[in-house]
Amino acid sequence: MKYPSQGVARLYFIAAIALFAAQILFGLIMGLQYVIGDFLFPAIPFNVARMVHTNALIVWLLMGFMGAAYYLVPEEAERDLIAPWLAKLMFWIFLVAAALTVVGYLFVPYAGLAKMTGNELLPTMGREFLEQPTITKIGIVIVALAFLFNIGGTILTGRKTVVNLVLLIGLVGLAVFFLFSFYNPTNLVLDKYFWWWVVHLWVEGVWELILGSILAFVLIKTTGVDREVVEKWLYVIIAMTLITGIIGTGHHYYWIGTPEYWQWWGSIFSAMEPIPFFMMTVFAFNMVNRRRRNHPNKAAMLWALGTAVMAFLGAGVWGFLHTLSPVNYYTHGTQITAAHGHMAFYGAYVMIVLAIISYAMPIMNGREANSQRSQVLEMWSFWLMTVSMVFITLFLTAAGILQVYLQRFSDAPMQFMLVQDKIAIFYWLRELTGLVFLIGLVLYIWSFFVASKEPGLTSAAVDQALKGNGGTAAAIA
Amino acid sequence: MAQTFTKTMARNIFYGGSVFFFLLFLALTFDTSMALPERDRREVLDPNTELGRQIAHGKALWEENNCIGCHSLLGEGAYFAPELGNVYVRFGNNTEAIKAFIQSRPAEGIPGRRSMPQFNFAPDQLEAIAQFLKYASEINTAGWPPNKQG
Repeated sequence: MKYPSQGVARLYFIAAIALFAAQILFGLIMGLQYVIGDFLFPAIPFNVARMVHTNALIVWLLMGFMGAAYYLVPEEAERDLIAPWLAKLMFWIFLVAAALTVVGYLFVPYAGLAKMTGNELLPTMGREFLEQPTITKIGIVIVALAFLFNIGGTILTGRKTVVNLVLLIGLVGLAVFFLFSFYNPTNLVLDKYFWWWVVHLWVEGVWELILGSILAFVLIKTTGVDREVVEKWLYVIIAMTLITGIIGTGHHYYWIGTPEYWQWWGSIFSAMEPIPFFMMTVFAFNMVNRRRRNHPNKAAMLWALGTAVMAFLGAGVWGFLHTLSPVNYYTHGTQITAAHGHMAFYGAYVMIVLAIISYAMPIMNGREANSQRSQVLEMWSFWLMTVSMVFITLFLTAAGILQVYLQRFSDAPMQFMLVQDKIAIFYWLRELTGLVFLIGLVLYIWSFFVASKEPGLTSAAVDQALKGNGGTAAAIA
Repeated sequence: MAQTFTKTMARNIFYGGSVFFFLLFLALTFDTSMALPERDRREVLDPNTELGRQIAHGKALWEENNCIGCHSLLGEGAYFAPELGNVYVRFGNNTEAIKAFIQSRPAEGIPGRRSMPQFNFAPDQLEAIAQFLKYASEINTAGWPPNKQG
């Protein structure tokens, strides 16, 4: 760690992993409710479990992005954060606000929470992913502003790199588009139209800039490839992201009351949204193949390559699967959407946060990389979580195809609940696979405890080992 | 990438492309906002009418009870319970049927099955929710969903 203030990232990363665990536990509860409908009813109804599942995801990814920014911005800017104390203070405010919100979800009926927090003064609750009480949303804005002040000030007064500028554009966009969560008219079409300005322009817009810059940073550090090359790739990738993704918002405007021309705009532009993800995959493998050093942190490299591949599959391929309007007419709002959502979030955002944690955490703990045993555990967790997510996606896709056929396509469309009974086998398989994911997560957390007990690996040791293996290092160099 | 394609060119494509397509998106948004009055049934939302107030109240109740956490509405939301954008049509264009269903849910659920919670709504609240769902079903959604099962 070159600058002491980078260390504030540690807090954010630890909280992110804790919330990740909570997200998975509630995911398993929901998965079971899909097949045992009265599980935990009425204590934790499905909608409450789902709120915790999705909101914990959003908050831990935001924690991960903030941690990533606090870690990489000083290193890129070649100066300490302008206000490390503010970063710490905002961490505790954010954590307490998130914890109180989750406690509210779990222990107060949602309507009571709305009343307690004065939702009628500025109604913003009860919309998917934006369920947080208005006061929590205001808290998020305050934390985001303080965060942007800290990060922006550090970037503008230090060395300006492309990685930092792209990250800053992504983070400013994140904050700006979140403001649309405060717009909630009675007119349902307008409500939905601008709700997507938060949701779509986040995950298929500015978040991809954050993803790109974190990935570029990790690749620069672990491969030693010339910064100029990485930066050019980064610009091209994010250019394609926004060129396709902004108008690509149109794929959400097919059936919500907006004009039919969106079926053309949305289909054409979102059909191109896989391109930047494909480029990201080519980019990551290219950089690793052209590496000029052998970084001892193999686990971080694996996460970086993994995110490039899985983002392409989950966001790119599974997005394309149902993005053309004639297809979406049948698949809209089915398990196909759920399948895509799971793999896209895991591939693009979970894995990039785990990549930067994997790279930065050992360094913040005073070693270049974790011990061999710790890394092997971490790589096991990578494969368990990634493979189980692939299967979760496949099972949900199978459920979705059957659902579409039985409920929407066949000559005698069946009722929703009858169809759900018919496809229950896939929900069982999804739940079992979810347990494998949980095992992967346990191994992941365990790898940190193993790492803390053993001396880390260093570049020197890795180079030494490679020389011993008949000049492999020379071949790579 | 070829040497002739420089980082500056890549940067210019990023800034130029993003700004251009964002402006195009704003233009399309403006055009959409001009077209919406013909499609989104805003005429029934007038807060100076009894119906307009009922629909607004119904939407507030929809939100404050997190209905979207199980149901989808015009295809968006959770996929645990039926689509409600067309529930008015599915229930035979009958608000009374909607109200009766909501009222009939057992407080302790149904053993082994998914069941909607009992919300204990007052009669005026039930009417408001039913009117909100009726309004949602009247939005011009380009023919979606494919059939009344949602």
